[in-house]
Amino acid sequence: MKNEWPLWEVFIRGKHGTSHRHFGSLHAPDAEMAIKNARDVYTRRNEGVSIWVVEAEHISASAPSDKGPLYEPSNAKVYRHPSFFDIPDDVGAM
Amino acid sequence: MPKQDEALFQFLLRMGDNTLVLGHRVSEWCGHSPVLEEDIALANTALDLIGQTQFWLGLAGEVEGKGRSADDLAFLRDVWDFRSILLVELPNGDFGQTLMRQFLFDAWQSIMLGRLMSSSEKRVADIAEKASKEVAYHVERSAGTVVGLGDGTEESHERMQAALQHLWPYVGEMFMSDDIDAEMVKRGIAPDPASLREEYDALVGRVLSEATLTIPDDPFAHKGGRTGKQHSEHLGHILTQMQWLQRAYPGANW
Amino acid sequence: MYAQVVESTGKSVKSPEEMSEKERAFQARIDAGEKIEPKDWMPDDYRKTLIRQIGQHAHSEVVGQLPEGNWITRAPTLERKAILLAKVQDEAGHGLYLYCAAETLGVSRDDLTEQLLSGRMKYSSIFNYPTLTWADMGAVGWLVDGAAIMNQVPLQRTSFGPYSRAMIRVCKEESFHQRQGYDIMMKMANGTPAQKAMAQDALNRLWYPSLMMFGPSDKNSVHSAQSMAWKIKIDSNDGLRQRFVDQTVPQAEYLGLTIPDDNLRLDEETGHYEFSQPDWSEFNDVLRGNGPCNTERLNARNKAWNDGAWVRDGLMAHAAKKAAAKIAAE
Repeated sequence: MKNEWPLWEVFIRGKHGTSHRHFGSLHAPDAEMAIKNARDVYTRRNEGVSIWVVEAEHISASAPSDKGPLYEPSNAKVYRHPSFFDIPDDVGAM
Repeated sequence: MPKQDEALFQFLLRMGDNTLVLGHRVSEWCGHSPVLEEDIALANTALDLIGQTQFWLGLAGEVEGKGRSADDLAFLRDVWDFRSILLVELPNGDFGQTLMRQFLFDAWQSIMLGRLMSSSEKRVADIAEKASKEVAYHVERSAGTVVGLGDGTEESHERMQAALQHLWPYVGEMFMSDDIDAEMVKRGIAPDPASLREEYDALVGRVLSEATLTIPDDPFAHKGGRTGKQHSEHLGHILTQMQWLQRAYPGANW
Repeated sequence: MYAQVVESTGKSVKSPEEMSEKERAFQARIDAGEKIEPKDWMPDDYRKTLIRQIGQHAHSEVVGQLPEGNWITRAPTLERKAILLAKVQDEAGHGLYLYCAAETLGVSRDDLTEQLLSGRMKYSSIFNYPTLTWADMGAVGWLVDGAAIMNQVPLQRTSFGPYSRAMIRVCKEESFHQRQGYDIMMKMANGTPAQKAMAQDALNRLWYPSLMMFGPSDKNSVHSAQSMAWKIKIDSNDGLRQRFVDQTVPQAEYLGLTIPDDNLRLDEETGHYEFSQPDWSEFNDVLRGNGPCNTERLNARNKAWNDGAWVRDGLMAHAAKKAAAKIAAE
């Protein structure tokens, strides 16, 4: 019988206030078990304080072929970075 | 050893031998579980139990005052000196039986540790405080699995009911009291085991009913492990394995 | 290594002229050090070779639990028991990470598992050798994990993103494995005469099987060449084996143990050790299923899987019931 537990993606927030970060995947029959399994599989070395799980099939992703149109246009917008602006040293910290 | 220390020593052996023997049993699953996630989870439980053993038996050795370490107590006592309950000595059986045993023990341990956190003996309270966090997760996980398997397929239901039938007669021993317990109660170190029963029945009753399982009517309870009067035959085999190296190469440093 | 004889499906390395435009662009990305991600276009052969390699690697981790698991209940102290259990547990975790990486290529973990259980997919030959004494726990950590790390560290740079990320996590976790093995060996080598004899015996038995872990000499191997072009294999088998010997011999000397090789000698000019090759006919026997423990290992995995079917199905059925009840309540 083909009855494989679904695949879940695991996101964990570490202790230092950073956001949840993708940590890996695992199999579990439901969300509740997925969280427990994530605790046992992915926090063995004290890695986190909060766990999110989402069934892998519910994740929507951008298409790799869109890489150019999606991400390259921002290359041209250098003015979004602070280093674009020359402020004289005399002005002090800014 | 003064009489009151002897009682405390025995109490600590009861706590430590339970976790030692159960940790041994659970570790037997490593590499053989139904699915990787369960393999990893069971290993975590076993690791917690081994860690608790180091604390309980370490303190037992300290109280005894003869310079015996936790390892000495674990690896160099014979069956009659062990104080583990019969429940934890039983062979694993199938995965369902292992998880049912785990749940029946976790439920007791979580309540026991909760009470021990206010022990008059600070060293006991400290161990209980640390262990209770681990055990709170154990009972959540084992209860969840017992419910899932009890209320799963027809086959899993039948297997879990059979496991409960098999294990239930070993539950009563956890709540039997003797002179050692009386001494612990008198000194405010530990509760009377019998006083845990009501809370236990409520917790176990709730989970097993959610698992659609029926608790056997027969109140009969096997005994002899926690007093050391009559262990199961299984314990000797466990020790044969566990103590092999220490016995075969006395005094070696590992 | 953990994936010792992965046959890449490519006949030989394609020259740029033989490649389609897509293949050329793909190879250019790899050459530029870009990572290939699951949804990116990739040649079929790249995908198939990776599934085999990552699958074999995962199977090796999972079967690799067994020889060390063999000693968990006999560990000599509570601390050693805990350390060994944590290590074998890590191997289950590493198997899990690797299966997940393989799954991104469109194969299910159950499929891979069934291929292992039926013998269609292989795992590393090393795990078909028995662990007979406690010193084997030391030798396995020191030699087997040492060899594995040597292979896995460069694989962190492999071209396939999920494989690379799995390797990074594995390497991070595995850094304690070899050290705990060597720690056991130090205790034994400095212990009683019986312990020292046990340590030497373990080295005698596990030395050549450890050398076999890197796979046969890859001179003239078209499979290796294609995999290296794709950066799913980073170093040559012989190169890694040499590095392993160079690193391990001084460690054995420090322990006061003797590598079981009369031809072992340091070439002062190159700075490398000369050493005897393992018996490759034995290696082939092991791969064909005739190693000392092939039958036990596969039986143990089959038993775990078959005995566990009702558990997996039971928990799944319960989850389905809960989900249905939730929908009914809404």
